[in-house]
Amino acid sequence: MGERREIQLTVNGEAVSREVEVRWTLVDFLRHELMLTGTHVGCEHGVCGACTVLLDGRSARSCLTLAVQADGCDVTTIEGLSPKEGLSPLQQAFADHHGLQCGYCTPGVLCTLTEFLETNADPSEEEIRIALSGNLCRCTGYQGMVDAALAYVAARKSQLA
Amino acid sequence: MKPAPFSYHRPESVDDALAMLANLEDAKILAGGQSLMAMMNFRYLAPEHIIDINRIPELTEIREEGDGIRFGAMVRQRDALDSPMVQARCPLLIEALENVGHIQTRNRGTVGGSLSHLDPSAEMPAVFSALDATLHVGSARGTRDIPIADWSLGYMMPNLEPDELLVGITAPCWPKDHGYAFLEMARRHGDFAMAGAGALMTLNSDGTIARVAVALTGVDTGPVRLHDAEIALIGQLPSEAVFAAAAKSAETVAGIDDVHASAAYRQRLAVVYARRALIKAHDRTLQGRA
Repeated sequence: MGERREIQLTVNGEAVSREVEVRWTLVDFLRHELMLTGTHVGCEHGVCGACTVLLDGRSARSCLTLAVQADGCDVTTIEGLSPKEGLSPLQQAFADHHGLQCGYCTPGVLCTLTEFLETNADPSEEEIRIALSGNLCRCTGYQGMVDAALAYVAARKSQLA
Repeated sequence: MKPAPFSYHRPESVDDALAMLANLEDAKILAGGQSLMAMMNFRYLAPEHIIDINRIPELTEIREEGDGIRFGAMVRQRDALDSPMVQARCPLLIEALENVGHIQTRNRGTVGGSLSHLDPSAEMPAVFSALDATLHVGSARGTRDIPIADWSLGYMMPNLEPDELLVGITAPCWPKDHGYAFLEMARRHGDFAMAGAGALMTLNSDGTIARVAVALTGVDTGPVRLHDAEIALIGQLPSEAVFAAAAKSAETVAGIDDVHASAAYRQRLAVVYARRALIKAHDRTLQGRA
């Protein structure tokens, strides 16, 4: 057994205190210890984006971050982005616009877009495509995701108007 | 795969980190982790000790220093991008950073980590090469200032001893009205570049070139300055033909041959991108005057 350390962090709004092996990646900790299996493991070298979570509000690869590094941090996963019942407006937009098929990349995509859309009130299609460049999708393709993001932005703008 | 077991250390000051580097055998510095963690997951690397420098506040500062900007080694790429000072005084770095990986990797990846990892295709080394930056290195034995020209010793081999840590980078800023451009060729936005070029330029009042810098990435093992092109351009009246002739010197840079691109193709790209970067930097020089 490897070296272990106690960490305290907030995951989806709840305080968590656990002993972790220092070599565990954050994604394995989330999935195997906290049973938050919505965050997926893809390539394990930071290319595919399936494991993207929000670390202190910023999207990050949870396969390239150690669990021990999240000590004291605020982690949000797809479970934390989802309402207790039903879908969030962004999730609903994905459903409406065929933004997912197999769903493997979707949690990472939604984490990326959550941060991106919080910091960009009115992004262009090209900016959305660049924002999604770090999340690989191998089935649906990106058109539905881009349509969903644009529809979400348009709905948000009309609500604010 | 998963990383092999290691001992984890989290110093809270540079001095503590340097003491650990001096005393621990087979230790690796963990900066943003966007390259190291991938290499450890695949067990290309299995260090005995990891020294995590993510909780050292003194390494995260961006501040004005003389005519330049000093970046702590642990400044996140995202924070450099968001810095109004960097946007105003060092726009070449901003334009290059937009091509560095993706939002998620820039949120964690650091300026110093990229320079220390020294991937041949990385943007940061070329930018700091164009800027004639100085790297500040520390160890328990003392400190060294290293000009960027002496930083790359070979393929992914920075000028760092095993007990040394890159603590900061000082980049002299160009005058307010300078032109700049960073352009690269990658198969997908954010992928490693097959080749790229950064250029900086100022003009004399008669429109001739006063000062120019061109640096390449992705062609040779480290960043390359096109000194011959720069010397040839100074005093010239800018034109596309003049820039094309100067960019030709990129043909002679040794190209890396690998699965992503052949050496000949990289050299060809280097010429094209050096020319385009010069033209765009010149265009922006004129915008600055308008």
